[in-house]
Amino acid sequence: MKQEDTPVLETKSLGIQFGGLKAVNDVNIEIYKGELIGLIGPNGAGKTTIFNLITGIYTPTTGSYLLCGERMNGLKTHQVVNAGIARTFQNIRLFKKMTVLDNVRVAFNKNMKANLLQSIFRTPYYWKEEADTTAKAMDLLKLFKLDGFADQYAENLPYGKQRLLEIARALATDMKLLLLDEPAAGMNPVETAELKESIKMLREKFGIPILLIEHDMSLVMSICERIYVLNFGEILASGTPDEIASNKDVIEAYLGKEDEGGEV
Amino acid sequence: MPKIMKKKYIINIIAVAMVFLLLCLLFDTGLLGRKAAYFNGLVTIGMFYTIIVCSLNLLTGYMGEFSLGHAGFMSIGAYTSAIATTLISDHAELPNIVLYLLAIVIGGLAAAIVGVLVGIPALRLSGDYLCIVTVAVAEIVRVILSNFGIPAITGSATFGKSFAGIAKVSDYHYVFITMVICITVMYCYIRSRYGRALISIREDRIAAAASGINVTKTKVMTFTISAAFAGVAGAIYAHYITTLVPTYFNFSKSSEFLAIVILGGSGSMTGSIVAAPILSALPQLISYVFPEFASYRMLIYAIVLVVVMIFKPSGLFGGKEFSLPNLLLDRNYRKKKVSLDENKA
Repeated sequence: MKQEDTPVLETKSLGIQFGGLKAVNDVNIEIYKGELIGLIGPNGAGKTTIFNLITGIYTPTTGSYLLCGERMNGLKTHQVVNAGIARTFQNIRLFKKMTVLDNVRVAFNKNMKANLLQSIFRTPYYWKEEADTTAKAMDLLKLFKLDGFADQYAENLPYGKQRLLEIARALATDMKLLLLDEPAAGMNPVETAELKESIKMLREKFGIPILLIEHDMSLVMSICERIYVLNFGEILASGTPDEIASNKDVIEAYLGKEDEGGEV
Repeated sequence: MPKIMKKKYIINIIAVAMVFLLLCLLFDTGLLGRKAAYFNGLVTIGMFYTIIVCSLNLLTGYMGEFSLGHAGFMSIGAYTSAIATTLISDHAELPNIVLYLLAIVIGGLAAAIVGVLVGIPALRLSGDYLCIVTVAVAEIVRVILSNFGIPAITGSATFGKSFAGIAKVSDYHYVFITMVICITVMYCYIRSRYGRALISIREDRIAAAASGINVTKTKVMTFTISAAFAGVAGAIYAHYITTLVPTYFNFSKSSEFLAIVILGGSGSMTGSIVAAPILSALPQLISYVFPEFASYRMLIYAIVLVVVMIFKPSGLFGGKEFSLPNLLLDRNYRKKKVSLDENKA
């Protein structure tokens, strides 16, 4: 673990209860600058729920979470994003009937300053800002080799490219922490390899910390520095990929106990 | 401003000016003779329909929410502006243009205020529920107006449940310019960062929030703008018809506006601009040309709607915009500027 003074993200016994069900309970995660952290666990373990808690879609019932030392509880989703946490979604959520370029430009909105009157009367400032935003958006698209599709509707992109566009959109919000929710889901091996390259490129270029939910073990094991394993809403284990791979509890959670003849 | 845009603006301005001159030619030179007044009326009605339908299209097409209460906002604009101008013209002799400007500003502001007040609580809802709330708002306004009447505030207008004697200042020259300005403002709004945020909310509310868009604020703002333009349309109506009856602003009026939006193509300003004048004039024209079929004129509406929905479910323009400059300058480049099409008015 790297030693930095304040973690970029820190959750302190974070939890949420739906009725009698503790979907997430007493979760402590720390992410430091530049780290790539994996979050794995069987289906229904509460991984995406943690993302929803951190991005303000759900409000935690217990505990708190801090971004660079700032308490974030109770903020609305757009406020969380403005504070610097960006995410992608497990089932792709693009703006389908908007162009690829506009998908990215929407995410620049929070840093644009032209007010309503300037926008309606199209003052020189408006034109300048629009041009700047378009240029920045195109740069981002180029990073993911999506610039050739800029004028197309997002829904017309191939699946793998849609995933990349979602990441590009998240990057456009100018964040301090990126949450990727199963980016490799449904991808073929070629696309997964492409994604792996993109994630590596992101880390080199931006140096942002990433929290990654993923079921593709070879991907997680090969790129993550540390891994948290979640089961039934609680952290089961954490450590380096090697430690996790040999951890008895983790194997048990995924495959079941040896003598019970295993239910997954 | 990019050079290409300058060219496009010039083409659009020329096109709008040509339509304007055409209207002047038709109505001011006596070309139509005695019928001029009749067609003048059709055109004026068509123009305020265009404003209100475009404003409703902001909600339906770009925000993705239905409002069945636009007649309510229209009536607020109509009554407020009418009361204001009646009061003002009692105390001071003002030129028509000033009175007209006052009317549309007051009408727009009044409707915008109600829009904010209704929008803040109502926009927590979406879909059918929001739709029901808008119906309720319009009905409340209508019931209040038809039961309380307008108190006797001045001597020049007659009062009671109907409101007569409003100054006739909605000259079609003014109305045309107002319409062009309203449409341009709405169009620029949609093409700005606010419009992008709005459309992203329509596409996926959660993803929009996760991209840093303040969903509630954007929705309330759009709702307010939409209500304001409905109010402007109401003010124009009041000062053209000069008599207001609460029952005019009933539920079927609201649904008529919505039908026109759907027919023109929700999410297409050009669609609204083409559909509104045609459909507002259609019943009138039918009763004018075939007086014996006058009572069937609402049936035509239904037939037109059904036919369009069968053959083009997304509406006449189906979310696309028609652009004269692009037609002239570049066939491949989609997008850009509405304006034109008033020739249908």
